[in-house]
Amino acid sequence: MTTPTTPTALDIRVTDSSLRDGSHAKQHRFTADHVRSIVAALDDAGVPVIEVTHGDGLGGSSFNYGFSHTPEQELIAQAVKTATRARIAFLMLPGLGVKDDIRAACDNGAEICRIATHCTEADIADQHFGLARELGLETVGFLMMAHSRPAEVLAAQARRMADAGCQCVYVVDSAGALVLEEVTDRVAAMVAALGDDAQVGFHGHENLGLGVANSVLAVRAGARQIDGSTRRFGAGAGNTPVEAFTAVAERLGIRTGIDVLKIADAAEDVVLPVMDEECKLGRLELMMGHAGVYSSFLKHADRWARRYGVSGARILLRAGERELVGGQEDQLIDIARELAAEDATTAPTGG
Amino acid sequence: MSTQVPRKARAAIVGPGNIGTDLLYKLLRSAHVEPRWMVGVDPASEGLERAARLGLQTSHEGVDWLLERPETPDLVFEATSAAVHRAHAPRYAERGIPCVDLTPAKLGPAVVPAVNLDAHLDAPNVNLITCGGQATIPMVAAVSRVVPVPYAEIVASVASPSAGPGTRANIDEFTRTTRWGIEHIGGAERGKAIIILNPAEPPMLMRDTVYCRLPDRVDEDTRQAITASVQDMAASVAAYVPGYQLRGEPQFEEATPTAPARVAILLEVAGAGDFLPPYAGNLDIMTAAATRVGEGFAARITARTGPGASEPSSTTA
Repeated sequence: MTTPTTPTALDIRVTDSSLRDGSHAKQHRFTADHVRSIVAALDDAGVPVIEVTHGDGLGGSSFNYGFSHTPEQELIAQAVKTATRARIAFLMLPGLGVKDDIRAACDNGAEICRIATHCTEADIADQHFGLARELGLETVGFLMMAHSRPAEVLAAQARRMADAGCQCVYVVDSAGALVLEEVTDRVAAMVAALGDDAQVGFHGHENLGLGVANSVLAVRAGARQIDGSTRRFGAGAGNTPVEAFTAVAERLGIRTGIDVLKIADAAEDVVLPVMDEECKLGRLELMMGHAGVYSSFLKHADRWARRYGVSGARILLRAGERELVGGQEDQLIDIARELAAEDATTAPTGG
Repeated sequence: MSTQVPRKARAAIVGPGNIGTDLLYKLLRSAHVEPRWMVGVDPASEGLERAARLGLQTSHEGVDWLLERPETPDLVFEATSAAVHRAHAPRYAERGIPCVDLTPAKLGPAVVPAVNLDAHLDAPNVNLITCGGQATIPMVAAVSRVVPVPYAEIVASVASPSAGPGTRANIDEFTRTTRWGIEHIGGAERGKAIIILNPAEPPMLMRDTVYCRLPDRVDEDTRQAITASVQDMAASVAAYVPGYQLRGEPQFEEATPTAPARVAILLEVAGAGDFLPPYAGNLDIMTAAATRVGEGFAARITARTGPGASEPSSTTA
C-alpha cells in the first residue's frame, strides 16, 4: 500500500511533465484542447504518469508567475477524463498553494500529489504530505535546486520528507546545473538515507544538455522514478526529452513501458504543434545551467530585459549571485530595475 | 486634563524567546511603555536571565506568577504560541488587561499600525496578522486610498533562519491570514499571499513585493498620486520600523494580452538588530509593530488612570 505503484514489469516509472513544466514555456496558456490532445497521445504511448498543473504548481496563477489561460483544476479534470491508463499527477509548492488546492485536485480525480520545496526547506511541507496521504493520494517530494547543496544535506532533507509521508523523493535539478557524477552522488546518498521507506527520483533540465545522461546515471544510482517532458517542453532549455530517454533506456535494457515509436510520433505530431517555440539551448538557457539559476526565471528575465533595456544574461547571472530560489520571480524586476539604474549612472554623458 | 507628563504604562512580556527579547529591547527605548515583567515557563531560560539583568522582574512560573503580583500590568505582550495565548487570553480579559498578541491566535481585531491602529485602541486584545502582512498591507492600503484595487498579490521572501518551527509547520496559515489582511485592512477586493524561504548565506534581508491590479487606463496624474501615496505610507511605516524602505519607485505596467494593468511596489525590510539579527526584518517588523500598538494603548491607559496611579481600572469596555 505504501510503495508507489510501478507496474512490476517495469524498472523505472517515467512521469511526463509537458503539461506542468511546459506551462512555463507556454507562459501558462494551456487550454483544455491542448491537455486533451497531449494526454491522449502520451497515454497511448504508454507513459504511466502525466503531470498537469500551472508551471509553479497549484495556485500559481498570479501576477508573479503569470496568469493561467484556463483554470488548472479544469485542466486536471480534463486530463483525468482523457487518460485511459496513465495516472494524473499535480504539483504544489507550500507557501504558494494551500491544502484546499490539494483537496480540489483530488476531487478532480488526480492521484499523485507532488510537493516541492527548496532543497533546504523540506519541513514546510509536513502538513501537505499529511493531508495528501490522508486523502489516499500517492505522494512525491521535490527537493528543488538540488545542485546548490551537497549530497548529505539532500539526504537529510529527503529523510524529513519521507518521515512526513512522502513515498518518493526527487533530486530536482531546477537549474539544469548538475553534471553527471553530481547526480550519482546525490541520488546514491538519498537511496542510502531512505532505504525501503521511500523511492528516489530525478528531474532534469537541459540547460547544460545533460538531461538524458544525468537521468541514466540517476537510474544506475538507484532512482526508480524519472521525470521528462516530451519534446523537452519545459522551463529553461526544457526537460529531459521523454522520447530520447525512452530510446536510450531501451538500448540499455531499462524497461519504461513506453513505446519509442509512439512517443516519437507524439513529440513530433502532437506536442510540437502546441509549443509556441521549441525549447532550445540558447545563450540565456546556458547561462542558467552555468550559473545555477532556476529554469522558470527564463521567460521573466527575458521580459524584464526588454522592458528595462538591460541584458537578460546579466539579470540571470545576478539572480545566481543573489542565490534566488524558485518563487522569487518578483526579484527579477528588482534586478532589472537596478541594472538599468546602474547603466544610467555609468553611461557616457553629453551625447 | 492633567498638565503632568503621563506616566509610562507598565507592561509584561509573556514569552522570553527571541521575539519577546527583541521586543524587550524596543520597549526599553519607549517613551510610553515601561517593560516591568517578563515571564516564561523554563527555569533555565536565557531570555529570563537577560531580562533580569536588564532590571525586569522575572519568573519561570508563567502567567500564574504574573497575575498574582500585587501590582497588575497595564498591558501584556504575548510572545508565546497561538495555543498558549488562547489559554492566557481569558485570564487577561477577566482582569481588564489589554493584550497585544504577537502569536497567530487571531483572537482580537487585526492591526497594522500605519493603517488602522486608531480603530482598535479600545480593543481588549489585538493581533498583528503576519510579518508579511505588516510589511505589505500598508502598501495595498496606499494604493486603494487612491484607486479601487480589485486584486492585490504579495510575495514575501524571508531568510530561512528567520522562519521558526511554528511558521514552518503552519505555512498555509501565513498565506490565509495575510490574504485576509490584504482584503480587510488593505482594501483590496481580492487578495493573494505568497511566502518564500531563502537559505542564502549570509542571510538575505526580508524582501516584499506588492502587486496591485489597476484600471486599464490609468492617467499620469493617477500614477503620480499612487506614487506619492506609496511614498507617504512608506514614511509612516518607517516611523516605527526604521529599516523599512522602498526599492525604487513603484513600477507601473500596462495591461498585456495575458495580465491586467498593475503597479508593483518593491520593498526591503532590515531589522534594527536589537536582539534579532538585522536580516530578520520579518521578525523586527512584528516587534516594532507591537511596540507601536503598545504605545497607542499606553496613551489610553495612562489617560484613564491618571499620572502616578498604581492600579489600572478594572472596568472593561
